[in-house]
Amino acid sequence: MPLTLQIVTAERIVYSEEVDVLVAPGVVGELGILPSHAPLLTIMQPGEIRVDKGEEQTYIAVSGGFLEVIGNKATILADTAERAEEIDEARAEEAVKRAEERIESATSAQDLERALASVRRSQARLKVARRRNRAPRAEMPTG
Amino acid sequence: MIAASKMRRAQEMALQSRPYAEDMRNLLADLAAQPAPDDEEYIHPLLRRREIKRAEIVVITPDRGLTGGLHSRINRAVGEFILERQKEGVETSIIAVGRKGRDFLVRTGQEVRAVFSDLGDRPELEDVRPIATLVNDEYGEERVDAVYLAYADFVSTVTQRPVVQPLLPVVPAELEYKDMVGYIYEPDPLTVMAALLPRFVDMQVYHAVLESVASEQSARMVAMRNATDNANDMVADLTLAMNKARQESITSELLDIVGGAAAVEA
Repeated sequence: MPLTLQIVTAERIVYSEEVDVLVAPGVVGELGILPSHAPLLTIMQPGEIRVDKGEEQTYIAVSGGFLEVIGNKATILADTAERAEEIDEARAEEAVKRAEERIESATSAQDLERALASVRRSQARLKVARRRNRAPRAEMPTG
Repeated sequence: MIAASKMRRAQEMALQSRPYAEDMRNLLADLAAQPAPDDEEYIHPLLRRREIKRAEIVVITPDRGLTGGLHSRINRAVGEFILERQKEGVETSIIAVGRKGRDFLVRTGQEVRAVFSDLGDRPELEDVRPIATLVNDEYGEERVDAVYLAYADFVSTVTQRPVVQPLLPVVPAELEYKDMVGYIYEPDPLTVMAALLPRFVDMQVYHAVLESVASEQSARMVAMRNATDNANDMVADLTLAMNKARQESITSELLDIVGGAAAVEA
């Protein structure tokens, strides 16, 4: 039985499909969720979500939130979530640079913490954006 | 018809944010039902209840008029709410979101602590977060003992209901024992609760703003349609009056000529 995955933010439903495997960045480590997982509620850190559906893999960048698994249904309450094709790579790259500059210029511990968080978020977005431009999957070498 | 398409979009936005809001409410209810140490210091600041001496009201109104009586109905509801609180000896202060509410509350001499405006027709959560952060801080630091949200609840295109509802302290829904899921919490229930609560408040405020935008667009569309209908009616009445007057003057001129000709012939 497949796993029903729904990724929602406060603004919209980002993703809603039946999937085989979900890999998400939990706050205590990366989690792989298969169908019939025990009920789980975890905080997520900024990172990438990978969804396997047959041969197809989809990547989605999240900036944090919660993952809830109950029965065969997984729900991700994301602060923000973007699919690879929605992210502009050049702008994502700039965002990483800006965030890194903010670390340099941070004056208080709170500033620094915020800057670090924004670096993590922007790096996650960039990583996902780059997934799209990579060849879908290398052909098996022949001969 | 611009108003009609804006209205549809605003209604859609309010609908799209619903799954997130509902799921968050359920999670919070399950968390609140977890066995937790009864010690005061383990209770999250946003859940702690205390005697209400100072109340703060977040008043969400449109920035612009031409919405029929929408903003004056919200303002009246807020006014009544403030008077009731003051009768109970509770001090009140205001956070105004939108110019129409701000104007009214400043004019009536209320203590307006902060003003937010220009949220636009398609606000995102990020646009609203500063409001939620402000009230979270004020409540957490015990500068106020209760926070309320006042806005126009969107019922339908023709009906918008002004409401004043409690925002803080957060009161999680009660859960029956049989409805408890028994999640594995990572890292642990208290940490998850601490992460969830501020977002829950963000979401409540965001939801109220979306409802308010949908109400505003609907009220404006209805007001505009009424204005167009009235103007069309008036054009029809005036055209009729003009034609009548023209015909009368032609008739009387004709009578003059005919009368004159008859006099000459005689």
